[in-house]
Amino acid sequence: MKTLLQFKNVSKHYDKKTVALSDVSFSVNEGELVSIIGPSGAGKSTLLRCINRLIDATSGEIIFEDKDVLQIKNKSKMRALRTKIGMIFQNYNLVERLSVFENVLHGRLGYKSALVGALGFYSEEEKQQAIKILQSLGLDEQIYKRCDQLSGGQKQRVGIARALIQEPRVLLADEPIASLDPSSSKVIMDQLKKICSTLGITVLVNLHQLDVALNYSDRVIGISKGRVVYDGDPASLTDDHIQQIYGSDREALNLVVREPKEVAQKI
Amino acid sequence: MKINFLMKKRLYFLAIFLVLVVISIGSMSMTQFSIAKCFASIPKAIQWGFGNFYPAGDSFARLPEILLKLQETLLISIAAASVAAIFALFFALMGSRITKVNNFLATLSRFIANVFRNIDVSIWALVLLFSFGQSSLTGYFALFVASFGFLTRAFMETIDEVGSDTAEALRATGANYFSIVFQAIIPMSVSQLISWVLFMIETNIRAATLVGILTGSGIGFLFDLYYKKMDYHASSLVVLSLVVSILLIEQISNYVRRAML
Repeated sequence: MKTLLQFKNVSKHYDKKTVALSDVSFSVNEGELVSIIGPSGAGKSTLLRCINRLIDATSGEIIFEDKDVLQIKNKSKMRALRTKIGMIFQNYNLVERLSVFENVLHGRLGYKSALVGALGFYSEEEKQQAIKILQSLGLDEQIYKRCDQLSGGQKQRVGIARALIQEPRVLLADEPIASLDPSSSKVIMDQLKKICSTLGITVLVNLHQLDVALNYSDRVIGISKGRVVYDGDPASLTDDHIQQIYGSDREALNLVVREPKEVAQKI
Repeated sequence: MKINFLMKKRLYFLAIFLVLVVISIGSMSMTQFSIAKCFASIPKAIQWGFGNFYPAGDSFARLPEILLKLQETLLISIAAASVAAIFALFFALMGSRITKVNNFLATLSRFIANVFRNIDVSIWALVLLFSFGQSSLTGYFALFVASFGFLTRAFMETIDEVGSDTAEALRATGANYFSIVFQAIIPMSVSQLISWVLFMIETNIRAATLVGILTGSGIGFLFDLYYKKMDYHASSLVVLSLVVSILLIEQISNYVRRAML
């Protein structure tokens, strides 16, 4: 399998004291669904935002499609990079006062010039594509509704639609289910899995929920205090590793996962 | 330990209270202000008000004149607030944490807004009086400058408050600056921005009376004129018409706010 994304000794310091990431190295293959787990403040969000340069890493290399994204200086090249990277957020980050349709079309703004983008002109194909994506996510009836009328799970699906219409190669999901109830969480995680397996889009997802990470991902990366402490199969994640990531064992975390598949069904 | 903590807190508040009392009594004795005299004069003032300060028959003849000036004052207030809003939006975008172009422009626009905001409208009226003389233009500029300072600050905070998440999402899609501003920041904040402009119009109408007295224009000038001519009936009619128009404008702006939500 081809490597799509590679971190080489990436560090991020906010100031001299606060270290968000230190010497992070890993690689992600095309079409993988990778979970990044770890306690709050471990640097998971920083890690994702370094990939699309919402945050600039202090040192190291981040190779995406054989190019180091940290070397991009040119504004238009930066925008071109970001169009290839979709992102969804814990708080959905939609323009709540606009319709679902407009919010999805925002995913195309990266391809537009300043004037066309500011005025919000979209081509007929783009509009058709938006409707198609919304239908595939089961939002046919919500297309012309304002986003503030939707439930959390529906909002997150709009967020996914906005990312998909970019036609990205990789999708970054920053705590996508942290504000959702269990059944909406399952819908969202199932969608991410489907996007990964049917569209071949690589998915990187930050998760709080260890059980969800174990059930859905092809690979798990555990982070603690800005360092990668586990990188491998979800099946071979042992109690020792969990101790290392979270600083406490499964029992203390109240996450007794003996049969992962069973838990998935309960969700 | 806990008792000590609470006791300390109580003593602290007591100390602050005592300091305030000392300051009040000190300034009262310095200005020879007496509370008893103050309250004693209230009934007399009310009596005078009812005796003289009401519109009587002949003062209604001045109504067309008053309404004309009132109209002028209202229009100046609205014009000052809405033109200031356009400039304020530009400066707010430059100064906001989220939409700033660079740090230099952000600091500069914050500084300008702060200078304009911290100087009161009546001071502006006096300062501008020297350059523009006693005219409606001076009143307009005074209101404009004060509105601009206040609105820039209010707009900046609104944008900072509502825009950051969506701006981040659009930046992540590769959208450029203008797309982010017009597709995310403006739609997210427009209702609050309009609400601030309406508030500014209301404030301006109130301030316009004072500015009018200082700059010799609008309804304030008329009030001053009648009052100094000791035509209390006519000046009370001026006050009454102001109160009615302020209440009316407030009703209209409340309606607009509700309709926008």
